[in-house]
Amino acid sequence: MAMTLTDDQNMLRDTARGFMASEAPVTHFRKFRDMGCKDGFSHGLWKQFAEIGFTGILIPEADGGMGMGQIEAGIVLEEIGRNLSPSPFLTTSVAAVEALKLADKAMRDRWFPGILAGETVIGIAIEEGVKHRPEKIACVAERSGNGFKLTGQKQFVVQGASSDMLIVAARTAGAAGETDGLTLFAVDKDAAGLSIEAARLVDSSVAAHVKLDGVQLDADAVIGEVDGGWAVLSKILDAGRVGAAAEMVGVGSGAMDMTFEYLKTRKQFDRVIGEFQALQHRAAHLYGEMEGARSIVLKAQSLMDEGHAKAELYVAAAKAKAGLACNLSVREGVQMHGGIGMTDEYDIGLYMKRDRSLNEFFGDAYYHADRVATMNGY
Amino acid sequence: MSDLETFRAEARAWLEENCPAEMRTPAKGDEDVCWGGRNFVFQSEAQKLWLERCVAKGYTVPDWPKAYGGAGLSPQETKILRQEMAKLGCRSPLNSFGIWMLGPALLKFGTEEQKVHYMGQIARGEIRWCQGYSEPGSGSDLVSMQTFGEDKGDHWVVNGQKIWTSYADKADWIFCLVRTDKTNKYQGISFLLFDMETPGVSTKPIKLISGNSPFCETFFDNVVVPKHQIVGEVNRGWDVAKYLLGHEREMISGMGGDGGVTSIGAAMKATLSQEPVLRAQMALFDVDNLTFRAHGERFMDEWKTGKAHPAYSNLMKYVGTELNKKRNELVMSIGGSQALEWESERANGGSKARNWLRTKANSIEGGTSEVMLNVVSKRILEMPGA
Repeated sequence: MAMTLTDDQNMLRDTARGFMASEAPVTHFRKFRDMGCKDGFSHGLWKQFAEIGFTGILIPEADGGMGMGQIEAGIVLEEIGRNLSPSPFLTTSVAAVEALKLADKAMRDRWFPGILAGETVIGIAIEEGVKHRPEKIACVAERSGNGFKLTGQKQFVVQGASSDMLIVAARTAGAAGETDGLTLFAVDKDAAGLSIEAARLVDSSVAAHVKLDGVQLDADAVIGEVDGGWAVLSKILDAGRVGAAAEMVGVGSGAMDMTFEYLKTRKQFDRVIGEFQALQHRAAHLYGEMEGARSIVLKAQSLMDEGHAKAELYVAAAKAKAGLACNLSVREGVQMHGGIGMTDEYDIGLYMKRDRSLNEFFGDAYYHADRVATMNGY
Repeated sequence: MSDLETFRAEARAWLEENCPAEMRTPAKGDEDVCWGGRNFVFQSEAQKLWLERCVAKGYTVPDWPKAYGGAGLSPQETKILRQEMAKLGCRSPLNSFGIWMLGPALLKFGTEEQKVHYMGQIARGEIRWCQGYSEPGSGSDLVSMQTFGEDKGDHWVVNGQKIWTSYADKADWIFCLVRTDKTNKYQGISFLLFDMETPGVSTKPIKLISGNSPFCETFFDNVVVPKHQIVGEVNRGWDVAKYLLGHEREMISGMGGDGGVTSIGAAMKATLSQEPVLRAQMALFDVDNLTFRAHGERFMDEWKTGKAHPAYSNLMKYVGTELNKKRNELVMSIGGSQALEWESERANGGSKARNWLRTKANSIEGGTSEVMLNVVSKRILEMPGA
């Protein structure tokens, strides 16, 4: 397909851009941050997401959703990133929905209506260490009664303490390091033996440490096949990674635009500082990096939507490149703003914090560059 | 099947039928490239046959109109043809500055007669062109050029010197920027075409740090150029030159390496597995390489539909050439001491070292990286100042 947006996609972009700018701009983020909101996002805004159709963007039409693809989800995510709009969109409407699409009808009927209504939040419980290593999952699910008993711990479960359900990856067979033998479970927030400790992060979002102390689940809590959870997990990971990359294109672009505007207005030495070639060259280089990131993210999204065999390689490259480019954008942004870039009053620092969290989410640039090398055969 | 799918199937079938097996192997070096022209010596019967068949089909310049030697393909069809050629590993039937640079300029600024005559010659590989732009005192500041054409009624008499003329010693004709009005800097340049065998034209190859001589100095001593051999209007050659530089930048940006997304890492696994830091550098390079390919694809799709910023090729030129330099630095590091060998057969005559050195020119020729960043900053980002 052509690497340009269709008319429908451009319309969606206009809608998402207008919506985030009016309903969830950076002032919205600041309001919830400053009130010390325990969720780190507004349930009211999540309802508005539902009313405009965003929450079900990836849910199949047969299940009442919009049945769109990663490009469309990415369009919404870019605007979320540009405005730092806090929401469970990436975890719930992207990563969790991709997993639930592989679940049986009973489970889809259990969770899709709440997502479509903007009432349900779902957390992704994969990480067990401080760095992303999904294949190393050690959390154990033993057969017990008519189902399973889960024991272990998870961390960096974004919005975990605000979730109605957690998707938990656990080992039903094999050893840590193997992709076979994993199973994914839908764990209700009220399940006995489940404890959740919220931790506020640098960007004011909230992630949770989760303990599973013999959590008893029925067999119908399994998403997909027992021991075949890697297939479901791969869907979560690909969608989560390309989604986080798209959000970083938004964060990086927002920071870049703000910085370029500043270069055109700030005066020193009787000149607008954007006249200085030392800054112009860095600005142009940054623009090139962000344009590259935008391109590889679009390529990865379209290959995923096509079901192309190379999609995984491009998703890894996209997460890596978007992470590197967005990180450059916020670093240059703070530096070029000078002293005021260090103040809480100016927004550029908020973008720097958001970049840091998104870079870590679903694996950082180094993790994904390493995967690119492995997939490229060295 | 949609029309484009039908076209893809037909193009595939035609390539399988007509591209000789020998032309489906990678070109080993410049000597395997078909440049065409009056003095070109074909390296094999297959090379000659492949050119002839493509000429007959219009596939040396697939997106040019049929009247000027092309196949009249749409942008989408051209993209599909190139994809199918890449899948089969088909070599380019004909490389030429005529195809990449002069042709597009003629299409925009030439008369109907010029299009039929010159573009037809280019499409058939009959005339090899070179480009006379830079002068010893006019590199990045090209518009300061001094080569002068004195008006003699029905012709000009050209005197001066050009430098960095690619393959001037092998070219048949030159498209050349000549000052025709000394009082007007930008609107005092004309875009002239003339035969390199015209009396008064001489060339001298320049030996580069790579040991090779792809560029020449070119001298004009009372060279007579008839008035009808001008493209565009008198004194408005800068418009043609600027348009053409856009194409040159596109072409050089396309060089971001050997043209593919295929990683060079796999072939060097034995070394990379023992050198974790080098492997990491290679991995980050591969991320940038995949990014650049996707970026180029997006740029071409936007360019063809008129959505790209007119100065965007400057950005692609900057990114692509810097990437190619990085690639060759890595190739040298991975190659170790063997890559240093300058002459041995073991090191293929020093090809790695020579290529590495050659790529240092990528970010100088056709506009330096610094000039590209100036242009991006001013024209796309609209930064203030002169």
